[in-house]
Amino acid sequence: MKEIKTTMAGNVWKIQVAQGEEVTPGQEVVILESMKMEIPISSEVEGVVEEILIEEGTFVNEEDVLFKLKDK
Amino acid sequence: MKLDRNWEERIKKIESGGAPKYHEANEAKGKLFVRKRLALLFDKGEWREDGKFANGETEGLPADGVVTAIGKVEGKTVCVMANDSTVKAGSWGAKTVEKIIRIQETAEKLKVPLFYLVDSAGARITDQIEMFPGRRGAGRIFYNQVKLSGMIPQICLLFGPSAAGGAYIPAFCDVVMMVDGNASMYLGSPRMAEMVIGEKVSLEEMGGAKMHCSISGCGDILVKSEEEAIREAQKYISYFPSNFKEKTEVKEPAAPKQMDKALADLIPENQNAPFDMYEFINGIIDEDSFFEIKALFAKELITGFARINGKAVGIVANQPKQKGGVLFHDSADKAARFITLCDAYHIPLLFLADVPGFMIGTRVEKAGIIRHGAKMISAMSEAAVPKISVVVRKAYGAGLYAMAGPAFEPDCCIALPSAQIAVMGPEAAVNAVYANKIQSLPEEERSAFIQEKRKEYQENIDIYRLASELIVDNIVPADELRDELVDRFEMYESKDQIFSTRKHPVYPV
Repeated sequence: MKEIKTTMAGNVWKIQVAQGEEVTPGQEVVILESMKMEIPISSEVEGVVEEILIEEGTFVNEEDVLFKLKDK
Repeated sequence: MKLDRNWEERIKKIESGGAPKYHEANEAKGKLFVRKRLALLFDKGEWREDGKFANGETEGLPADGVVTAIGKVEGKTVCVMANDSTVKAGSWGAKTVEKIIRIQETAEKLKVPLFYLVDSAGARITDQIEMFPGRRGAGRIFYNQVKLSGMIPQICLLFGPSAAGGAYIPAFCDVVMMVDGNASMYLGSPRMAEMVIGEKVSLEEMGGAKMHCSISGCGDILVKSEEEAIREAQKYISYFPSNFKEKTEVKEPAAPKQMDKALADLIPENQNAPFDMYEFINGIIDEDSFFEIKALFAKELITGFARINGKAVGIVANQPKQKGGVLFHDSADKAARFITLCDAYHIPLLFLADVPGFMIGTRVEKAGIIRHGAKMISAMSEAAVPKISVVVRKAYGAGLYAMAGPAFEPDCCIALPSAQIAVMGPEAAVNAVYANKIQSLPEEERSAFIQEKRKEYQENIDIYRLASELIVDNIVPADELRDELVDRFEMYESKDQIFSTRKHPVYPV
């Protein structure tokens, strides 16, 4: 199972992919709000979004899983 | 019997290394023979070698598994030690260790850079009494490395494993290039990890090149092939003098890369929106002169060498595109190490600040962000090379300090017109100061109140006001920054400063 994790703690500001959507490495999937900055989080892997584990406005800590992906 | 006593035959045998099956095994992994590596590294593929006949009387140990050589790289005399993994897997016997120690001593006497081409299984257990514990045992190699650090550049090219004690060779070098898929560093192999602590893990995951270049920070430059590693090492050394007493050679100046946008247009109006600091760097340095260190590690901070008008500089820049450019424990470590490296060899430093501060929260406190941050501030304070601090956009809190803010004696602190310097940004500051007041206001009045206070705050920290208070030394538009830097670096060249008189500081670690 592939996962996309956050590299930094912060609040989820915008989720930029929907369930069932394909993602590619380097694609921005979430923008966090942290340290008063917009922090784009990109996927490092390729796949299809199977599960979204976060909501806009929730706090995530470094290394938390944001999305679970399945193979294309 | 011939007078030369079969000299040619003996040489041929030594130069052919270990048994053919080991050559074949290396070839299958994309690994070059040690003498081929040296031929690529040295100018014209020529070098002089000591201890070539080491263990020559013993079958199967040509040169005792290490070539120690002296020759020219990019026109500079350098010393090299290079393991031969076709001979007992490049393991260290007594003569191997003695040869390595001697080439270190040579490099010290000549004050020339030393390259370590590492591809070794570690200690040769059968020789341990002769090579491990004694005065001129393997420990002396590391002792010498520590002594040479900051005196001559020490460069490690990791082509294969560097295991157990051998893993400290890269650790004591200034820079480590690792070949993806072949290079590894570890204290205990996966087999040992499974036996001793019960962990099941692959070599790549535990000590592979990618892991070390992106997570542990033990590797600096990840390369795809040995040829690339050698080219990168040749490029790297061009930014350095031969030793701490000399200065880097000036190269032919070049104009910066042609950009699609003006430099000022790179910076978004919204202070909180990310932009790419690499593009900004490209806009002020000589075209194609950037040589990045630790590109994959702690990406929120960029460290690398470049040339400005032909002269080498070390750049430390926040990257707002990664983690908002916030400083973390790893980025602080990365900066501390890079600054120390530049300072040791008279390479001037350029700080490009766009930093919201140091990261906060439980995770980073547990990771010791305060002591790691202290390393960066300590290294930056101590650096006595010409030091220019440029506030590109924001410099908040201790971020200002870490990026060579005015109190840390940069030779000048330049602000772009877009700069903001403050303890914290307007949003955070208004919340901190007026939290109770905001709560006490009727809900419909809060927003207007907050807006008004933010505006006041903005005016209070206006960069022209800070310049009139002599906090920054100059305000320079982005598109004129390069010219300003060219002139200033040239004029600061005679800087000769001793930071503090004492034995040494008590380093924050």
